[in-house]
Amino acid sequence: MLLVVEQFLNGLQFGLLLFLLAAGLTLVFGIMDLVNLAHGSLYMMGAYFAATFAAWTGSFLLGALLALGATLVLGIVLEMSALRHLYGRDHLDHVLATFGLILFFNEAVRLIWGPAGLALPLPVWLTVPVPILPGIHYPAYRLAIIAVALLVALLLYLGVMRTRIGMLIRAGASNREMIGALGINIKLLYTLVFGLGAALAGLAGLMQAPILTVQIGMGENILILAFVIIVIGGIGSIRGAFLAAILVGMIDTLGRAFLPNLLRQVLSGAAASTAAPALSSMLIYLLMAIVLVVRPEGLFPANRR
Amino acid sequence: MKAFTVSKAVTALMLAGLVLLPLYSQASGNIFILTLFTRIVILALAAASLNLIMGFGGMMSFGHAAYLGIGGYAVGMLAQEGVGSGFIQFPVALAASATYALVIGALSLRTRGVYFIMITLAFAQMAYYVASGLARYGGDDGLTVYKRSDFSGLINLSNRTQFYYLCLACLFGVVFLIWRIANSRFGLVLQGLRSNEQRMQAIGFPSKRYQLVCFVISGMMCGLAGALLANNTDFVSPAVMYWTRSGDLMVMVILGGMGTLFGPVIGAVVYLLLEEFLSQLTEYWALIMGPLLLLIVLFGRGGIMGLLGRLNRG
Repeated sequence: MLLVVEQFLNGLQFGLLLFLLAAGLTLVFGIMDLVNLAHGSLYMMGAYFAATFAAWTGSFLLGALLALGATLVLGIVLEMSALRHLYGRDHLDHVLATFGLILFFNEAVRLIWGPAGLALPLPVWLTVPVPILPGIHYPAYRLAIIAVALLVALLLYLGVMRTRIGMLIRAGASNREMIGALGINIKLLYTLVFGLGAALAGLAGLMQAPILTVQIGMGENILILAFVIIVIGGIGSIRGAFLAAILVGMIDTLGRAFLPNLLRQVLSGAAASTAAPALSSMLIYLLMAIVLVVRPEGLFPANRR
Repeated sequence: MKAFTVSKAVTALMLAGLVLLPLYSQASGNIFILTLFTRIVILALAAASLNLIMGFGGMMSFGHAAYLGIGGYAVGMLAQEGVGSGFIQFPVALAASATYALVIGALSLRTRGVYFIMITLAFAQMAYYVASGLARYGGDDGLTVYKRSDFSGLINLSNRTQFYYLCLACLFGVVFLIWRIANSRFGLVLQGLRSNEQRMQAIGFPSKRYQLVCFVISGMMCGLAGALLANNTDFVSPAVMYWTRSGDLMVMVILGGMGTLFGPVIGAVVYLLLEEFLSQLTEYWALIMGPLLLLIVLFGRGGIMGLLGRLNRG
């Protein structure tokens, strides 16, 4: 029971983290029609910035805030200097150009911070276990991630559904040319959306940093997961990204936790222990393949034409 | 059509260079260059196979490195189990690649555009994780191939020069095949599908069937490259299937010129030589390579072949 609750919360936490990453990706994809493989690099930069700033200032929260601002600025600079010229090009061009950016970022990080990973230590008040149910404790930091991510999701929802900028974003997602024709400063909007996406990716990175080590290439695996999520959820749809992210986070975490035991009841011990890790890594890709075969547009496609 | 063009001259020069390379290597005693070029030729073969579906078929596969792994693991696993004959290993490698391509092609071709890019990527990642889970065959650490494929005296793969020429022959064979395919009725249908699938369907062509056959052929070609690569490195690991490898292959195709016959070969040669050159220049070679890719995408439409074509006209 304890394990089930704990793993369930872990799944939720991972799913929400993935949502932060996928939300930026799906916004950029939905509005600018840009496939940004370098989104994972922004996630990585968020973690590196946070580790550096936290060491400078000596405060975790201050470091995190500075890192958030730094990734926002980095995203805006990146958009204005390079990615802006890719809008309207073939998706293949996006894949290649941003693939080049991944190479660049990984190497730049190696140059600046060195090949060894960094650690981002947590303040003491975030490391204590918190009782959530009678007899069940859960790490405060993971609870904090859940809270922050839910808050951001809520703000994002309100921002997109209730504000003027959000209206423009939604309009841009459903018809790019039309809002340009209506006299909206589309360049500024694009820069803004990209910066927002970068900040979300940075937030995901810096929140994940204390749990994992901060290392080169940390953004690549999770980027593929984020892509899986936006494809499952339907490209351009924030709601779809949210639900798909929770789904993927749950399936991945629960699969890893419980699949070995389940398999052991069917297969022999040795076969189960070799098959389980591979199978649980495959589960989400399997899910994506099934979704794409059954509903090629994703589960919750954004309203398009 | 002009008899002489710059791109033709460059292609001919490069091919002559590839054929004569072992002579140079022997004369100068530079063994390293032969090893390097064996790798380049094998990856050029993989890039050419990717070009068949990307350039001629219009299918943007982001999971092509999976076949490198499948072909390689076919050789490695059979060698591990005591089957050393190349006459068994290579057909098995091709058959395994074809089966994989048939299954994932049938599923992936239900989607298009960026969804196709993503689903092929997802399948390749699945293959990557399956290989990582193969505890009997080394899992994450990979599998050492202690003995190269044995062609019972016909050709000795442990001889550097013979192996190089085998790889080169495979490359030329595959490029020739692609040339024949591209100009056949089948190839023309494919190129028609690339430009306008709806119209081709309206004329009455079963589009998916054509694309699937092309996808399988391309997969088998890349599986061959995988089998050669495993023999070249005497090693196969899940890392050859990692998605950045698929990205490398795509870069080679685009860099050389997608949809041209020799573009991917030139792309592979230039990309890998550049990588080699930059990594000797500085440890941080990717710092230059990354922005270079960006610039190529931004300004170099049509890749090197496109550039050479413009030179000719200008």
